[in-house]
Amino acid sequence: MAVTDSPRMAAARPAASRDRTGRSRRSRVRASRGTINVVLLLFSVLYLVPLLWMVLASFNAHASFKLNVPSPTTANFHHVLTYDTTFRPMLNGLLLCGGGTLVCVVCSILAAYPLSRFRSRLRRPFLYTILFTTGLPITAVMIPVYSMFVQVNLIDSMPATTLFLAASALPFGIWLMKNFMDGVPVVLEEAARIDGANSMQVLWRIVLPLMWPGVIVVTIFTFISMWGNFFVPFILLLSPEKLPASVSVFNFLSAHDQTQYGQLSAFSILYSIPVVMLYLILARRLGGGFALGGALKG
Amino acid sequence: MTSSVAPAAGRRGAGGGKAERTPLPASLAALLRGLPLLPAVVLLAVFLAGPIGYCIYYAFTDMQLTGASGTHFTGLHNFTRAFGDSDFTNAVELTLLFVVGSAVIGQNTLGLALAVLMEKASKPVRSLTSTVVISAWVLPEVVAGYLMYAFFYQEGSLNAILHFLHLPQQNWLYTLPILAVCLANVWRGTAFSMLVFSAALSDVPRELVEAAEVDGANAWQRLWRVTLPVIRRSILTNLMLITLQTLSVFGLIYTMTRGGPGNKTETLPIFMYQQAFQNSLIGYGTAIALVLLVVGALFSVVYIRLLKVEDA
Repeated sequence: MAVTDSPRMAAARPAASRDRTGRSRRSRVRASRGTINVVLLLFSVLYLVPLLWMVLASFNAHASFKLNVPSPTTANFHHVLTYDTTFRPMLNGLLLCGGGTLVCVVCSILAAYPLSRFRSRLRRPFLYTILFTTGLPITAVMIPVYSMFVQVNLIDSMPATTLFLAASALPFGIWLMKNFMDGVPVVLEEAARIDGANSMQVLWRIVLPLMWPGVIVVTIFTFISMWGNFFVPFILLLSPEKLPASVSVFNFLSAHDQTQYGQLSAFSILYSIPVVMLYLILARRLGGGFALGGALKG
Repeated sequence: MTSSVAPAAGRRGAGGGKAERTPLPASLAALLRGLPLLPAVVLLAVFLAGPIGYCIYYAFTDMQLTGASGTHFTGLHNFTRAFGDSDFTNAVELTLLFVVGSAVIGQNTLGLALAVLMEKASKPVRSLTSTVVISAWVLPEVVAGYLMYAFFYQEGSLNAILHFLHLPQQNWLYTLPILAVCLANVWRGTAFSMLVFSAALSDVPRELVEAAEVDGANAWQRLWRVTLPVIRRSILTNLMLITLQTLSVFGLIYTMTRGGPGNKTETLPIFMYQQAFQNSLIGYGTAIALVLLVVGALFSVVYIRLLKVEDA
């Protein structure tokens, strides 16, 4: 991840000790590294407990909040793997988030090109506005969005919700995409232009093929954040058959008096798998943490 | 930023042969170049700028959920009402507590500590820690809320661990709900700070740290006097970003407690939601949303000033 692989020799050295012979220093380095390893291991185990509980509960026919190892059964998974419980919410999520991501990424690419390549008096204010918008709490806009959607009769409309999701992800998408596009050298484009290509041809044929990693990072990142988004579909969609998985997890938890925690855990795992897989691709192939961290540092 | 003069002259104007192939007037050419921005601008105007405008307007009305027919302009009434409403001041206090406790102190400090320790740990431990911390971050918000609900529940894992360690247990979600919610947000969000700080630490010049070591500075002094001043920009940027993220957390708290018991975890987003949809007071809810939006906007401005839009 975002850590260097070069061995660090910097040692935590007790201030009192003043001797600097190589051997005792090395042993001190080893001792302090050992302590740090133990601390981090204990911390990781503690951090892992809630996740471990979910996995164990999903294989437990009589799951409770207690952390115990069950005699494993896949009954919970069998029970939730039905059209109404799993497949329809997942499909809705795929439509909403896939559509939203597609719109967002295409618009970001189009918008990033002039922002990255052409100088204009409006460029700087526009970029500042985009950056400013990335910081605005979308949660706060949801009530006026709801009133607005009610007035134009768009409440409970999946296309409208998709477009709203796309718009809310757009500022960050444009910002990231512009940063990635800045990394593509202009020289190649100039050659293509001399051969008579116009801006759009240059963008699709020359620039995009050179910045696929960036496009993939933006796509995956946008999709992950939409997939996890609960508040937007919770407010804008009403019909049970249109709800995505994020809202149905919540309804699952609150609707039943006797919630089947084993089944809910199984469903939570199924719902989380896509984003975990996507994150793994992002991290392994492209050094996701670094790319994102770099973009955030500006 | 220095050459933001004639827009149409651009960078292509310099090439002599180019001018012949573009007989368009300069202003039209500039317009055409900006054309790809159009879809994004339309989406942003309709779905973000529009609602923000609505938000500013509705905040000064008595709109109710039943419809716009009976909506009247009421001036500052919603705001005077809010500041006299003990539930609103309670929500502001809880939001402050939540942001300071879980983001500024919790995620920021823990993220920094993890990044510093992981730099010195051996490789398998390092990758294990980062995998575990990041998986909590990647999980959807509602799933994280569900897991934390189970963790802090009376019969849940936390009390089991405390029992094992012979420490006092309690019913966290009833006795200390705000602490439970803060810890849940730390559990979920620390990965972000950890990633930012790991990236920042790898940019700290090693000579600097080694020089301090030769001069006899101990580990704590090296961290406090050398490393932290070098990465202070990353710390500030991170603080701004996690504050903005934490300010608008809704799903995590709502899944865990729904703002309860009573109003003990009712932060501003949840208070806003409940006023607007459960008490049907859209106007009042919007006024609260506007307060949240203004606070977010202020933090956002500070954040932009920290970043430089280079060469823009």
